[in-house]
Amino acid sequence: MAEEKKKKEKIPRQPMPAQEAKVRARNFEEVPFGYSSETAMKEAARCIQCKKPACVDGCPVGIDIPGFINLVKEGEFTKSISKIWEMNTLPAVCGRVCPQEIQCEGKCIVGKKGAPVAIGNLERFVADYEREKRLAPAPEKAASTGKRVAVVGSGPSGLTVASDLAAKGHEVTIYEAFHKPGGVLVYGIPEFRLPKDIVFSEVAGLESMGVNLEMNAVIGRTKTLDELFEEGFDAIYVGVGAGLPTFMNIEGENLIGVFSANEYLTRSNLMKAYLFPEYDTPIIKGKNVVTMGGGNVAMDSARTALRLGAERSIIVYRRSREELPARTEEVHHAEEEGVEFHFLTNPTKFMGDEKGRLNSMECLKMELGEPDASGRRRPSAIEGSEFQMEIDLAVIAIGAGANPLLTQSTEDLKLNKWGYIDADEATGKTSKKAVWAGGDIVTGAATVILAMGAGRAAADSMHEYLTLGW
Amino acid sequence: MFKIVRREEMAEGTVVLNEIDAPLIAKKAKPGQFVILKANETGERIPLTMADTDPEKGTVTIIYQIVGKSTAIFKTLQVGDGYQDVIGPLGKPTHLEKLGTVVCVGGGTGVAVLHPITRGLKEVGNEVIGIIGARNKELLILEDHMKDASHELNVCTDDGSYGHHGFVTDILKKTLEEKDVKLVVGIGPVPMMCFVAKMTKEYNVKTMVSLNPIMIDGTGMCGGCRVSVGGETKFACVDGPEFDGHEVDFDVLMNRLQSYTNEEQECYDEYCTMQTAK
Ligand SMILES: Cc1cc2nc3c(=O)[nH]c(=O)nc-3n(C[C@H](O)[C@H](O)[C@H](O)COP(=O)(O)OP(=O)(O)OC[C@H]3O[C@@H](n4cnc5c(N)ncnc54)[C@H](O)[C@@H]3O)c2cc1C
Ligand code: SF4
Ligand code: FES
Repeated sequence: MAEEKKKKEKIPRQPMPAQEAKVRARNFEEVPFGYSSETAMKEAARCIQCKKPACVDGCPVGIDIPGFINLVKEGEFTKSISKIWEMNTLPAVCGRVCPQEIQCEGKCIVGKKGAPVAIGNLERFVADYEREKRLAPAPEKAASTGKRVAVVGSGPSGLTVASDLAAKGHEVTIYEAFHKPGGVLVYGIPEFRLPKDIVFSEVAGLESMGVNLEMNAVIGRTKTLDELFEEGFDAIYVGVGAGLPTFMNIEGENLIGVFSANEYLTRSNLMKAYLFPEYDTPIIKGKNVVTMGGGNVAMDSARTALRLGAERSIIVYRRSREELPARTEEVHHAEEEGVEFHFLTNPTKFMGDEKGRLNSMECLKMELGEPDASGRRRPSAIEGSEFQMEIDLAVIAIGAGANPLLTQSTEDLKLNKWGYIDADEATGKTSKKAVWAGGDIVTGAATVILAMGAGRAAADSMHEYLTLGW
Repeated sequence: MFKIVRREEMAEGTVVLNEIDAPLIAKKAKPGQFVILKANETGERIPLTMADTDPEKGTVTIIYQIVGKSTAIFKTLQVGDGYQDVIGPLGKPTHLEKLGTVVCVGGGTGVAVLHPITRGLKEVGNEVIGIIGARNKELLILEDHMKDASHELNVCTDDGSYGHHGFVTDILKKTLEEKDVKLVVGIGPVPMMCFVAKMTKEYNVKTMVSLNPIMIDGTGMCGGCRVSVGGETKFACVDGPEFDGHEVDFDVLMNRLQSYTNEEQECYDEYCTMQTAK
């Protein structure tokens, strides 16, 4: 037994084949190619099938990780996807965007001594295999209950609720403000990290389960929550995300060439400005681009700028490398592609030419002090350390807030002091009868898998209500 | 798809009216609110303030000027064709209140936006004076509609081909001198709104303007539509589109409207070349 274990540890973690950094930095195609069946089986063999798998504790939705990996090892890819689907309806997405290093892979025992099992890569492999082959039986659908559910927002959280409740026999309609479904998966995360066809294929799966999709429906404007109840919906899930851009409130922020990451990425991803003029939406292609922030949104913006032709794409972050909140893989990919990092730097003002176009920015150097409430060391400015950078495009990616459009149009929906919806942590129940909420509009900007987890918990609670009462 | 049920060309074909089948929006829309339209898969999202709505028929009416590729594509749509996406109603409705004498000033296609507001202000009991203008007689739109919507209508043309020879601000000044004006609503090209606001400031008369910055989502998500009002950044799509004209920084608005002039020209030229080639 000990012998066998030792042998297994010897297989190195299978590297993910990917487009060469120099090439990919100039195109919008997906960066990693994915594992082949052979590589996947080899990687799966590294899993030691723990009796008490720590990785499962690390997964917010509790996928049976050793279970699905064992099936991969045996070449039973179709059975493997059915196993994952028991807990996660969007594995092709999660395999690509989950911060595995702090979740499943971060807890993996194999990782204590070497590199952890590549759980994310395997999840992605299984999902891609199924999308290509379509061999797995569709998840079962219960008989119709005659109950109607409205889901507001088609991000990962809303999609999860829709799929769970449709499977339980309820009639589900998703209302989405944009003209395309998917939420951040479509308007925020770029094509080179998450091809949009994957998202649309997941949505098509929902439609084939009988879920209705109403695009261009801004709830709070086109219809209110109360009007949805009047129309005969029995329960509503609100998963509208954290769609409010944060600006820095510094001088010059309204100059041409200063963007919120939301605008920059929406233009490029949802509106396909990277294909301009084939697509009509324009985007400013900077030569010297600076992105403010250190999360996934910042990495996505800086890497998009390179692909749009920037000569230099620089990330300005006020803390140090250790505090970067982005997924490790994204930071790594960004660096490989040539994104420069200026740590411990904070912008203080933007300056422009006589036509109101951004041409430079002033920054201050920072130093790290004592840890703050979040446990991260608080940066403070070094006096007299001002310096200037010549730039022609700035993207502000320092976070997102609660968009008030829906919440302000709904009277009896209790909010917290930051404007997020006050919802029960375990069930997603809000202060308003028959209304649940989850995802970024409850937690603030978080992750895809947490939004899905919240959706799943709410779907259970909604099902209970629909069958037993409030 | 959102079908076009009626289409008219105005101002020598430089301005087009579309009445569009959009029952949900028609039911909800109020004067001053806008919709975002996208013609087809590759299209841009274009915000346009509604010129009229008919809740019974379930239609909304937009009137737009051909200014670039997107509106040039809109112009090709005929009755029976449609827009792939229409989103709304967006923005805050105009605050309609009985105040006494109000003046509604419109320039160019701004008159289309001004019309429902003028009508609304009359309906709540105000004495409404309308002033509309265009470069010449041919470019003037909705004169009859504005006549019905106001108690008194003044028409101006820059070249003197019709009505008063001169600018809307000439008549506005006279009116401000002669009457106890409680509110001015100014909607039109940015320089016009800027002049109107400067003038009414001298007379200390409250002034509303309707802003038309570049937008994407129209729901407060992207911040692309930000304008500077009273030194504060506001999002025109959710905080507006109407703002106090005395507080608006028109220079910032004008600048930001020119964000994509280079790109738009490129796109428009290519489109025109393609059309000619066809
Ligand atoms: C650029 C970027 C990169 C990211 N990268 C990662 C990553 O790598 N890994 C990760 O785990 N997480 C990542 N995240 C975070 C993750 O995407 C979000 O946490 C997640 O999408 C939240 O899901 P949600 O369903 O709550 O909301 P969203 O995905 O925000 O979806 C909400 C939907 O509701 C719609 N909506 C809003 N208001 C209304 C209304 N009034 N009526 C109707 N519809 C409405 C919106 O248009 C949107 O489609 C990233 C986020 C961004 C912006
Ligand atoms: S969903 Fe995320 S956390 Fe769970 S196993 Fe997959 S990658 Fe890991
Ligand atoms: S158009 Fe995006 S915030 Fe107004």
